[in-house]
This record gives sequence, structure tokens and C-alpha cells, in this order.
Amino acid sequence: MVLHDYTYTNTILKKYPREQRHLLAILQDIQRHYNYLPRKSLDMVRDYLDIPLSKLYSMATFYRALSLKPKGEYVIKVCDGTACHIKSSQSIIDEIRKVLNIDSGETTGDGKFSLETVNCLGSCAASPVMVINDKFYGKVIPSMVGGILSEYGGPEN
Amino acid sequence: MNRNVKRTVLICCGPGCLSNQGMDVYEEFKTKILISGLDVDLRSAVETENACVTDTLHPGIKTDLETMVSPAVKATGCQGLCEMGPLVRIEPDSIFYTKVKVSDVTEIIEKTLMENRVVERLLYKDPVQGRKVRAREEAEFYKSQLKVALRNVGEIDPESLDDYIERDGYRALKIVLSQKTSEDVLSEIEKSGLRGRGGAGFPTGRKWRQCARTGNYPKYVICNGDEGDPGAFMDRSIMEGDPHSVIEGMIIGAYAVGSHEGFMYIRDEYFLAIQNMTKALEQARREGFLGKNILGSGFDFDIQIVRGGGAFVCGESTALMASIEGKVGEPRAKYIRSVEKGLWGKPTVLNNVETWANVPVIINKGADWFCSIGTERSKGTKVFSLVGKVRNTGLIEVPMGVTLRRIIFDIGGGIAGGRKFKAVQTGGPSGGCIPESLLDLKVDFDTLDEAGSMMGSGGMIVMDDRTCMVDVARYYLNFLSEESCGKCVPCREGIRRMLEILNDICEGRGRQGDIELLAELGETVREASLCGLGKTAPNPVLTTIKYFKDEYLAHIEDKTCPAGVCKNLTTYYIDKTLCKSCGLCKKNCPSEAIEEKLEGYFINLLKCIKCGSCMNACRFGAVKILAGIMRKL
Repeated sequence: MVLHDYTYTNTILKKYPREQRHLLAILQDIQRHYNYLPRKSLDMVRDYLDIPLSKLYSMATFYRALSLKPKGEYVIKVCDGTACHIKSSQSIIDEIRKVLNIDSGETTGDGKFSLETVNCLGSCAASPVMVINDKFYGKVIPSMVGGILSEYGGPEN
Repeated sequence: MNRNVKRTVLICCGPGCLSNQGMDVYEEFKTKILISGLDVDLRSAVETENACVTDTLHPGIKTDLETMVSPAVKATGCQGLCEMGPLVRIEPDSIFYTKVKVSDVTEIIEKTLMENRVVERLLYKDPVQGRKVRAREEAEFYKSQLKVALRNVGEIDPESLDDYIERDGYRALKIVLSQKTSEDVLSEIEKSGLRGRGGAGFPTGRKWRQCARTGNYPKYVICNGDEGDPGAFMDRSIMEGDPHSVIEGMIIGAYAVGSHEGFMYIRDEYFLAIQNMTKALEQARREGFLGKNILGSGFDFDIQIVRGGGAFVCGESTALMASIEGKVGEPRAKYIRSVEKGLWGKPTVLNNVETWANVPVIINKGADWFCSIGTERSKGTKVFSLVGKVRNTGLIEVPMGVTLRRIIFDIGGGIAGGRKFKAVQTGGPSGGCIPESLLDLKVDFDTLDEAGSMMGSGGMIVMDDRTCMVDVARYYLNFLSEESCGKCVPCREGIRRMLEILNDICEGRGRQGDIELLAELGETVREASLCGLGKTAPNPVLTTIKYFKDEYLAHIEDKTCPAGVCKNLTTYYIDKTLCKSCGLCKKNCPSEAIEEKLEGYFINLLKCIKCGSCMNACRFGAVKILAGIMRKL
């Protein structure tokens, strides 16, 4: 496990006035920095804004942008927007599942890959689309998946 | 082609082109032009006809007058034809290049910019006319369009306030603040007949008036830039490509209703939209269009950006407001309207990005001009993201009342891969699927409603015979069951139950009576849900049952998926009489299921993962779906 420097949460908190309206933005900043919402950071938010922890958890589980579980080094986002879906994005998800042995929403045991399906990346012309961290792959067909994943040190079948 | 003209190279950096290295093409143009020394305004030198001056200034280029060009290179927002990206336009010569690669840049600079010649191979081949066209305006894709909300998208550098002002930007705001009362603005917008472009189509002027009428302060103005619809990217394109038009619209709206504080709720994944919007807000503040005492008129108004949390239900106005307040984005019942009690219980006007972008044009050109476009009850234009199995995928804007056939077959260029049209889905998860028999329907708020679909925010997804309509219905319900906030039972439980039935049908466990049960559940969910998400959730199911009942029956009774999508109900085989042994299917198969024998190729069913790659790859239609196999087994 990586040891986090939780003091950075304080730096984030200081940017915002102590008002509930900034809660979502604070949680997004924490998510962006740590890649998830560490329990310790949530405690600090609770104290700062004087909001019960239960409320923070309900935010964390409601919004898709927030996650209570750490994510992998490479986050694979497969777009399952309508345009991608009708161009067989499901087959790409199946193929990734087969290669990495994880389901959507899961992270590989070595913490290397996380698989997510997202609802639309707004790049429908290049459908079906997948994104690994910030790198974009358009018009993906199942036979390309193995090769793409091996760029990131994925198993080559 | 004109010589010695100040040219502009417009490189599309909209979402579609960016995903095809549009930004690299832009960078390449900038660097190459800087190196060659073209990026200097030579007009004064041309006027004095002093070739020596240019010679000493730019030793790298020829000094005769023909080669004196001074291009401005601009990264623009979406130019529309995403399918053919990255797009490059050279103005004022109206040259339109498609699928431009980094390696093409030098040739464009040398031939087009310096020698006034066209690079033929990069011109766009119009699928409808079957020939190459030089100017964008000649292509069918652009011919039938009318750009109002998108008037600047793809034409200007979104980061340049000067570009916006050059195209009448902030002119409407000046007119409003110096010559019009808020009453004038309200009646102008009312007269224009503008209806909300977020989907519901509520008359904008009426909404503003109701808010203006309340004597409760403060009042808020909100722009909904969440755009959670899968298959839609209109709002994204406007925010990225022309952020000031949205800001200007909001300031005018705020002036009309008497608000001093505005919010923009933008989807967090839309990084570039947030970035461009933030820059534009700073520029507007710096130039006195935003903030205290706007343009010396005494009117104060400012806008803050709030990043969305990635919840579809936050597109619902009351949920969106809860989210801005830092709460879980659950909607509330609307017995008291937001115009009376909205954000923090105060009167609030909430409109979508496209609606706001329309406002400055209406002020500039007048309500009568706006009224002259569109149909009787739907005025103006509508932006659509035209995607799916259509040749020209992209961003389009058409006058209301244009038929679906015109959009799909003229602008869209017909169905990709020469396949057969099956349906078009409009309105996202709240909309429905429209069959071929209704292709001549006019696209406006009321006609689409009558057909069981809706305008929605403007996603238009074209489907061909390889799309399974039962799977499409299942897809939307799956999406909605995940996105339902769970506050009310009909939506939370009803959608889930409908989804279970659809899952059963798609996986081969469909039973007699399922269709009737789906319809009944759908009616209940529609009647009893709290907010728009639940009220419209059954639409994709009910319209597919209405127009594609055969396909449901094939799944339930014959245990076959005619489109070859539902894996449990699909078995592929290769028709030997049609197979030309080209091997494309084998090449595209990810599971090595296609084997070559003496008599030709065949599919090893034990290895086949039923992804359909072979069928999509085959050019001769030799890969087919075995019908009724499950029943026989």
C-alpha cells in the first residue's frame, strides 16, 4: 500500500470557505489528488465543514466521479455511450475482462489496471472509444485490445 | 484564388478531431509556419511593393509577390464533420481539407498557402454527390444546415475575446444595457418563441417572466452544462468552441429577471469546456462585461463555475440545484416551481447551454427574424449530435421542421457500410426509437413527442440492421437503473424490474406475457415517478415495443436475435456460396475461432465469442446469423 501524505487534504480544504456548498468541489479535489477518497481525508472534511460522516459517505456513493476504493495505476475507461454501445463496446469490455480477469469497477490484484465503463465521453464519431489514463483509442475492435493493454505491461494472452 | 491575402488556417480541435490528433496537426502548423517565417503580416510590404524589405525580413521564402502570405493559425471548436477529422479550413479561399495528418502539413503550407494550389487528395468526397468538393459550403453535410447557436463554433479561436467581438460578440449585451429595459428583453424573448433546448421545451420567455415577477431576492441564473446523455455532445461543443456566447446570454437573462449571481454547472469530465469557460469568464470580467457595474450601466452580475459530480439525474433542474448546494443530487417534487423557489429556496432561472447561446442572436437580429425560422410551435434551429451507423457523424444544426430523412440521408450521407437503416433514436434515455416508416416526420418538439420519442437535448443515434432493438431498450434501462437516485419507489423498483425482464429476454429466458408486463410496468413508472428521469424512462422500451414488436417476438418465441447482438441467441456461420476466401474475417477475429479448411473458411463454434467482428469485417455478406437455432436445440 502507498502511504499517503494526508496533510495535502488540508491544503485543499484551505482553498474553500467553510460552507457546505463547496463540499462536492472539495471531494472532487481530494479524489483527483489521491485517486480515491481516503477515510482519513473524509474525517478531515467532516471536521472542517462540521458535516456528519454519513453525509460524506452518501455523497461519495452517489456521485460517479467519487470513489471510496483506490484505483489502479492505469485506469481503463471504456465508453458505453449509445453510439459506442451499438458499435459493440460490450465486446471490448468482454475482451478486457478476459485479458485482465477483472470486472468493470474492479482493479487488478497488482494494482496496475482498473476497468471502468463510462456513459459517454462525447467522442461519438470515433466510437467505440476507450481511454487509458489520458491516452485515447478510437474505433477499437476486440482484436486490438490485447495489443493496447500490452503497451501498459498487460499480459500478452 | 486570391493572392497576397491575409489567410486564416482554421484547425478543428473539437472532441472528434482531438481524438484523431487534431491538436498535433495544429501544433505542426504553428511550428512549420513560424519556421518558414510566414506568420508575419506582409500586407504593408505588399502595398509598398518593396520586395527587398520582405527579402531581408524573411530570407527563407521566395520574394515574388505571389508567395507573400501571412496566415493566422487558429485552433477552433467543433467544425461539425467529426467523422472526417481532423478538419482544416483555409479562409477566405474556402478550402476544406479532411482527415489531415501531421505529415500533410508541410504540403498544405507549400502548395496551398505559398503556391495557391489545392491538395486534391485531402479534399472531402461527398458520399451523396459522389464527387470531391473544394469548399465546405458545397458539401451536402453543410448545405442544409443553419447555424444560430453554433454561429461561432468552429469559426473562431475560443480563447480569443477579440475573435468573438469581431463576430458581433457582446453587441447584444451593449444594446440591452444601454437601450432596453428588462421588460423589453422579456417581451423580445417571449415573442421569439424560444423554447428550452435542454429537452423539455418549456417556453424560455415565460420562464423568465415568472421569475422576474417574483419579488423575492436574491435571484439566481443557472446554466446547465452537465449533459449526461449518452450519445450527445452539443453542449460540450458550444462551451468549448464559443464560451462567450453562453456567458453573454446569461448576462442578458440575468438583467431581464433581476439576478446578480449566476452558476454554470459543467460536467467534470469536460475538462476543456471548464478550462475555456474559466478563461472566458476572466476575459469578460477584465473587459467589464461581467462583475460590478457592467459597461458602466450600474448592473452587477457575476458567474461561478460548479463542476458536476457525474450523476445523470443532476440534469434534472431540482437535482442540479441540490448539487450546487453541496448536497446529494436528488430531485424534489415540483409543486413549487424553481422560478419561485429554486437554488437555496430563492427564485431561479435554469436554462441549458444551447438555450443561453441563442439569446444574444435573438437580441441582435430581433424576435421576428428568429420567428421566421422553424415550425409554428417550435421556432429557430436545433443542434444535434448525429452519431451511430451513419456516414457523416458529427455536430449539426438545422432549422426546426426538417425531416429525419433529410438529416440522416442528406446531411448524414446515409447509412455507413451500405447497410440498411433500421431506426433512429432521439432524445437520449428519455426519448424513443423511430422506425423507417416515420422517416418523413418533421423534427420539432411536438411531432417527436407524438411519435412517442422526444427532442431531448439533441442526441440522434442512427441504427442499422446490426442493432438489436431489444438490446437498445435494455441498454437505456440499464443506464437509467444505475442513474436513478432511488428517492421514489416507482423509478427505483420499476426500472429495475423492467430491466430484469429485458435481461431475461436478451439472454433467452423470455416468456409469453413479458411484452404485456413490460408495457404495464412502463405505464406505471411513467405515471408515478417523481421527476423527469422516471417519467420518461419507459420511453425507449415502449417505443421499441410499439415499432419493433417482431424483434421482441423473435427473442421470446424463436429464441433468436435477428441483429446478432444478444450472444445467447446468436450463432454465426459462413455461407460458402458467398465466401470469397479473402481471410478478412479470420484477421479480425480476436479468439481465433475462424479456421481455414480445404472447402473454405468456417467458424469453430466452441471458440467463437460471438463478438460479430467477422460479420462486420466481411465485405461480401458471407457471415450470417443462424435463425431459430436455440429452439431446435
